[in-house]
Amino acid sequence: MDNKPILSVENLEVSFGSRRKRFKAVKGVSFDVHRGETFGIVGESGSGKTTIGRAIIRVYPASAGTVRFHDQVISGPIPRALRREVTDKIQMIFQDPMASLNERAKIDYIVSEGLLGRGLSKEEIHRRVDSALRAVGLLPEFASRFPHEFSGGQRQRIGIARALVMNPEFIIADEPISALDVSIRAQVLNLMSRLQKERGLTYLFISHDLSVMRFICDRIAVIHMGEIVELAETEQLFRRPLHPYTQALLSAIPVPNPEVEKRKKLQTYDPACHHYETDRPVFTEVEPGHFLLANKEELSAIGAIS
Amino acid sequence: MSKVILSVRNLHVRFSLRGRTLHALRGVSLDVYDGESIAIVGESGSGKSVLNKNFIGLLDKNGEIPEGSIRYYGMGDKMRHYSAAGQDENGDYIDLAQLRKNVDWLRIRGSEICMIPQDPMTSLNPLKTVGWQIAEALTLHRGMKGKMAHEEVIRLLEDVRIDDPERRARQYPHELSGGMRQRVVIAIAIACNPRVLICDEPTTALDVTIQAQVLDLLRDIKKKYSLTVIFITHDLGVVANIADRVAVMYAGDIVELGLVDEIFFDPRHPYTWALLSSLPQLGVKGEELYAIRGTPPNLFQEITGDAYAARNPHALVIDKRELPPYFDVSPTHRARTWLLDPRAPKVEPPKAISKLKELGGVSRG
Repeated sequence: MDNKPILSVENLEVSFGSRRKRFKAVKGVSFDVHRGETFGIVGESGSGKTTIGRAIIRVYPASAGTVRFHDQVISGPIPRALRREVTDKIQMIFQDPMASLNERAKIDYIVSEGLLGRGLSKEEIHRRVDSALRAVGLLPEFASRFPHEFSGGQRQRIGIARALVMNPEFIIADEPISALDVSIRAQVLNLMSRLQKERGLTYLFISHDLSVMRFICDRIAVIHMGEIVELAETEQLFRRPLHPYTQALLSAIPVPNPEVEKRKKLQTYDPACHHYETDRPVFTEVEPGHFLLANKEELSAIGAIS
Repeated sequence: MSKVILSVRNLHVRFSLRGRTLHALRGVSLDVYDGESIAIVGESGSGKSVLNKNFIGLLDKNGEIPEGSIRYYGMGDKMRHYSAAGQDENGDYIDLAQLRKNVDWLRIRGSEICMIPQDPMTSLNPLKTVGWQIAEALTLHRGMKGKMAHEEVIRLLEDVRIDDPERRARQYPHELSGGMRQRVVIAIAIACNPRVLICDEPTTALDVTIQAQVLDLLRDIKKKYSLTVIFITHDLGVVANIADRVAVMYAGDIVELGLVDEIFFDPRHPYTWALLSSLPQLGVKGEELYAIRGTPPNLFQEITGDAYAARNPHALVIDKRELPPYFDVSPTHRARTWLLDPRAPKVEPPKAISKLKELGGVSRG
């Protein structure tokens, strides 16, 4: 992993609606993603985690802030050639494989759609679809079938093949395994990490399931109401969660151990526990690589402990 | 252990689909005890939902029960005049597998056995206020009306921990969050005052934090209303949280049944091993996570031998020929695998499983 970030997000804001109905879904989020790592964004539904992913890939326009990909600004108005490069290099895997595949198109078309209109020959497209299908463990014969002929796990593989066919460097995976069965989850997770090793992919992994993220992510950003409240390396975050919201999230993870689970004390997060009226919170690095959204009072409280 | 409330014996269910027969349940036997919470775990298509739909008479029209019985003991001698009623060593029962008429089911469904459906987004009526929907259950099952019903609605909403119940009762489902809606659905279920509550994947559609809260709530409700709870789920974390006993289903049959500690700390069936080892919590970062090979068997075809044999790395020759019987591991724990036969070679469970015991909560600084 080199130190130069492949993707760098600075003070990203996304808002919907206008004037009085204006709603800020993402309120000034900043983070860097390094080449070859898996960066996780975790939060509840409505926290804005999906919106961040979509703003990066330009589905939603960013209302303020910048997104840089390889040091080039890719948010806001950009030249056509760059826009095309962004669609090539950044791909997305969606949550629900039942809803994200066109029911009326054959697999062949679904996977190849991104390649059309690029002046590629038919043979070239065919070859690339074949190799993408093989890479996700499907047979090239499947290309002539329809999505309904496949199981949930196979469909998610098709979704991954559709992303791979563009030869991306960066993949945004939005809850890629939430809709799958436990036994299939393992298969898809293994596939994703194998592809990462083989192709040097970088993942932005969006999920609400911290137990899966602990297994797959290198670093995790915890997002609450459109703000990153804590960002750290995975094990650091699990060992020493500092923000009360992170602590509440971690306490809610189901542990497959009945003894632990029956003694479990649930923590709830009440934003009223902060006193931010006069002392505004700042996103601060509290230990190397561990960032926390806190005000001076809270920072000194943590300092007193460590 | 307490009294048996529901006893399933050798239950078979078949569906006819476009001229073919799908054998969804293949001889399931299970006793559910009064006041316990039992979890039924399995992949999609393992038959866990079909099994439970039998308890409330909601089997799809193309389904039939060619064999087996479901004896429900919760009604005492109230239904003695029915042809489906009878008596055995557990007391008076009514055989739910033989109930045909909807009028008969109306006495069972809701007021005796009630189900919380999976998705709170689609199970509420979008055109009626939530208060109206809870009151409807009260009117139908407990004959309450007007002011009395309204007061009960408010009390129920308080019971499921909804703040400001007066205001919430006047709201429509779309005004509530997913967790809130699930609470309303739970309120409707307990409004019927049932003895058995079936929860079909009650938390899969919810966030982790909300999921934990809903599970907490269900545990309290169970205690307060002394319910028997049947959980259908594929999430083993949820199982560890809430179940007293666990039944593992595979291809329309229960392959292992035991107390929750026995299933997690001393599992015996290779399928249970596989389910537990594929949990990401047990994975080591950078290594492959254990994944079950292949796909579940095709239930349109007759299965000979152990249904799991084809995917089982420890399969014996006999697994492909003959269905293993249940071997008792302890009085409360049994598994359907030839590996427990005294003649079978000794197979050690995968290493990952021994790690389950060490899995603690999250440490805090």
